[in-house]
Amino acid sequence: MIKSFKKNIKGIVIEGITMASALLIIAIVIIMLTVIIIGGKDQLSWEFLSTFPTDGMTKGGIFPAIYGTALLVIIMSIAAVPFGTITAIYLTEYAKENSIIAKIIRFAVRTLAVIPSIIYGLFGLGFFIKFVGAHIDGAFYGGELKWGQPNLLWASLTMSLLTLPVVIVSVEEALKTVPNELRAASLALGATKWQTIRKVVIPGSLSGIMTGTILAVSRGAGEVAPILFTGAAYYLATLPGLGDQFMVLGYHIYVLTTQSANVDQTLPIQFGTTCVLLLLTFILNMTAVILRYRIRKKKTN
Amino acid sequence: MTSEPLKDNASGKSPAASPDPVRIDITRKKFRFSDFIAEKVIKGVAFLSITIIVLIFFFVFREAFPIFSSSKEVKPSATEKVVQEAQETYGAVTDKTSKTEVQETYGDVTDQPVKEEVQETYGAVTDSSKVQKQGRVQTKDTASTKNTSEKTYTVSAGSGFDDNQSAIKTLLTKDWVPVSDKPRYGLLALIVGTFKITLISLLFAAPIAILAALYTAVFANKKMKEIIKPTIELLAGFPSVVIGFFALMVLATFLQQIFHYETRLNSFVGGIAMGIAAIPIIFTITEDALTAVPKSFFEASLAIGASKWQTAFFVILPAATPGIFAAILLGIGRVFGETMIALMATGNAAQMDLNPFTSVRTLAATIGAEMAEVVFGDTHYNVLFLIGSLLFIFTFIINAIAEFYVKGKLMKRIQGK
Repeated sequence: MIKSFKKNIKGIVIEGITMASALLIIAIVIIMLTVIIIGGKDQLSWEFLSTFPTDGMTKGGIFPAIYGTALLVIIMSIAAVPFGTITAIYLTEYAKENSIIAKIIRFAVRTLAVIPSIIYGLFGLGFFIKFVGAHIDGAFYGGELKWGQPNLLWASLTMSLLTLPVVIVSVEEALKTVPNELRAASLALGATKWQTIRKVVIPGSLSGIMTGTILAVSRGAGEVAPILFTGAAYYLATLPGLGDQFMVLGYHIYVLTTQSANVDQTLPIQFGTTCVLLLLTFILNMTAVILRYRIRKKKTN
Repeated sequence: MTSEPLKDNASGKSPAASPDPVRIDITRKKFRFSDFIAEKVIKGVAFLSITIIVLIFFFVFREAFPIFSSSKEVKPSATEKVVQEAQETYGAVTDKTSKTEVQETYGDVTDQPVKEEVQETYGAVTDSSKVQKQGRVQTKDTASTKNTSEKTYTVSAGSGFDDNQSAIKTLLTKDWVPVSDKPRYGLLALIVGTFKITLISLLFAAPIAILAALYTAVFANKKMKEIIKPTIELLAGFPSVVIGFFALMVLATFLQQIFHYETRLNSFVGGIAMGIAAIPIIFTITEDALTAVPKSFFEASLAIGASKWQTAFFVILPAATPGIFAAILLGIGRVFGETMIALMATGNAAQMDLNPFTSVRTLAATIGAEMAEVVFGDTHYNVLFLIGSLLFIFTFIINAIAEFYVKGKLMKRIQGK
């Protein structure tokens, strides 16, 4: 009796340790959220969100950074979502499960997902700016510098490479939830494979494509390393176009915390900007988590 | 496997197909142009990810390559202009032209006073990255002014041959002093720093993440699972710059109050922050591996009288070790390439020691901090791309191991072959 009680105590302690680790992770998340939200909530106002920085970035708002982030994720999504979706369609609909090509593509996708984001930055610099951009300049602008320098377009395309695996994985998961009976029924009615994909499979997995897009947007809005030298700028007095450098929320935080002359003076703005970025990605991720939860529920039913 | 049998039926030449034009043959597949195009396009796009990997290989190495060739290519003037303009918008403090000369002249200037070199090293223990930045600016300034005085007698000394040759020679030293009139590109301090910080973050993240995954997979009830898993997903969605900011502003001060160390930003703070970033990866993959262990293992263990925790630790955990190994590997890959947290929370001084409470500079942070201020086509630029290539190869290998070796082993073990 005593022995079993002892055993029980040991079990409870060990189970408690594992539980404590799980709770610690939750605590870390909650602490980070509260600290940043409490630090930044006084800054959050319509004025902060809608005005330009003033007085050498020590006062004023972050509107250009928000605008730049928005443009960045929009162009990035336009590039990443279609290609990601099509790759996922190939992997689930066309490729045979064990074919070598499918295996190589899957491996490539996973590799893309683990390559450090700074490498994408190097690639963007080496490929888009120094190769593609420089050649466009050479061919159409007579060597005049137009596209062979960091700008919004190249930064967005670099970011789209980074978010491609996110889209592929989410869409693939959603495509797998479309029941095979639906495909079979469509084919049996005489629809071709492409018609089946277009009219049955894709509509059935729209929420998955949505999830993938949201996750990609959230990732793209938060990453800084790939755009450090492919287009992000310290301060700009005007709103950017496709061929300009641009301000972006994450880079703004980095610059204010590490490069500004007076860190203490800009502290409220730093917290405010971080708070905006965190809330933005948090809300996006929350939406994606809920959407994905629904997809998985549908799958189990 | 989705619709293969059906397709085979449709495409297979049926013996019933008769030449009679009145009867419509529904078994023969009609050639449809749109279908054909769609399939080809989809196939083509699917190869994009492979293409990207190949392109990354090619272009990152291409920019790193000149350092190994004996003579440097002549830089096109257009690219040089790029830098000049790009630099201005970044708000870089240094004068680029003088820096170029600095790079080119040093081949001839052999006897530098030792005092100067000491002054130039980044080694100064800095208190915050702000001070660090100022220190770097100062370094560059001394380099430029010194150069102007010496410029007179080393005007046309900048032959690319010496430049690259000596750069390669300095790669295996421990001094990382890229911006001086005698630049040294010693990677050892950076590599040691990166490994140090990886070790610290893994020691922090791996036990927590694995134990939490074990709790979620074995002990937790459904309600707890529904709290833990989304929370981890949200943590995975935290931008690394936000975690870096948190580490810089809050964590650094907090940990300093507990441990009373000297430098506020050091590898310990950076390691913990990167650990936070790596927890979701390790957790997710471990949890997948643990739940992949068949339920019969669990039931068999309970049936022969083991308690729940004994089953968890002595049956399920060992069965999933290859998966946990993969999780740790991918965690290493995540920390190894993490840039923003390293830039913000590690102090960024290239010191080589094994003390966890000194500042370090990681490989990724070096690229992130210096690429924006470097002259395109310069030796420094090539060395940064070389570092990038190292990072890329390292993560590629880690991923390949995790993918093929570990997962194969895991499947074998679980299926009992």
